[in-house]
Amino acid sequence: MEATDRIFYGLVGLASLAAIGACTLLGGGSGAAFGLFAVLVLAGSLTCIWERSVVRSAFCLIGTFGGTAGLFLMLGSDFLAMSQILIYVGGILALILFGVMLTPPDLTERKLPRVLAGLVAVGAGVAFVAAKVAATVNWVEAATLAEPQHETEQIGVAFLAYDQYVIAFELAAVVLTVALVAAVYVARRRKIDLQEEGAEG
Amino acid sequence: MGLGAYIAVSAALFALGVVAILVRRNILYVLMGIEMILNAANINFVAFNRFNGGGLDGRMFAIFVIILAAAEAAVALAIVLNVFHLFNSVKPAEADLLRE
Repeated sequence: MEATDRIFYGLVGLASLAAIGACTLLGGGSGAAFGLFAVLVLAGSLTCIWERSVVRSAFCLIGTFGGTAGLFLMLGSDFLAMSQILIYVGGILALILFGVMLTPPDLTERKLPRVLAGLVAVGAGVAFVAAKVAATVNWVEAATLAEPQHETEQIGVAFLAYDQYVIAFELAAVVLTVALVAAVYVARRRKIDLQEEGAEG
Repeated sequence: MGLGAYIAVSAALFALGVVAILVRRNILYVLMGIEMILNAANINFVAFNRFNGGGLDGRMFAIFVIILAAAEAAVALAIVLNVFHLFNSVKPAEADLLRE
C-alpha cells in the first residue's frame, strides 16, 4: 500500500465519519441512516475511481449499488430496493466481474494527476450548477408525505392494467429478449476463430 | 432528510460517474461510470416521486431504467469482449479500425 493510498483512505474515512455525524445531528435516527447510505454510495464510487485494480473497483461498486438500494428504502420504496439489489448487485456486477476476468489487468493505467484533475473539474462544474439551481429553483414539497402502502401490489397492477403501463411492460420484455439474444450473438466465438486456434495448437 | 439532501447525493454520484468515464483509460470503467450515472438518475426519480405527494410514475420510470440498464450491461460486455478479441486491448483509444 502506497503513501497516497493511505492518505486517500484516511481522508475518505474521516469525511465519512464527519458526514454521518452531521446527518445524525440534523435528522436524528433517520438522518443517521440516510448519512450511512449516502456515505456508502459516494465512498463506493470514489474508491472505484481511485483503485488501481479493476477487480477491486468492481467490488467497490457493491457499496454504491447497495447504498442506492438503502436510499430507495429510506424513500419508502421497498420493491425498488429489492430489485436494485437483485439486478445490480446480483446481475450487472457479476457481468462486469466476468468482463474483468476475461480481460488482462493493467496496473499502470491509472494516472494520479488525471484523476485529481478530473475530480476537481467535474466537482467545480457540479458545484456551480448546484449553486445556480439552489438560488433560482424553489421546489414545492408535499406538506405531508403519503405513507407508502402495498407498493408491490400497486406496481404489479400498474404493469398489467390496460390504461397504464402494459405497452411499456411488453416493450421492455421485447427489448430484453432482443438485447440478450444479440449479446449472445455478438459475444460468441466464430467457427473461423476456433479453426485458427486448432491450426496453431 | 428533505428533498435537497437526496438531490445532493444524486448530483455527487452523477459527477463521480462522469469522472470515472473521463479519467480511466479502460472500457470497463466507462461501463461502471454509466451504471453510476443511471443510479444517480434513479435516485432523482424516486426522490422527486416521494416528495411530490406519492403516486407511482417516478417509481415505474426507475424500474424501466433498471431494466434497460440490465440490457445495456449485457450488450456492452459482449461488445467489450469482441473489442478485446479484435484489438488485444481494452483501451477505448485503440479501437481505431476505421481510421486506417
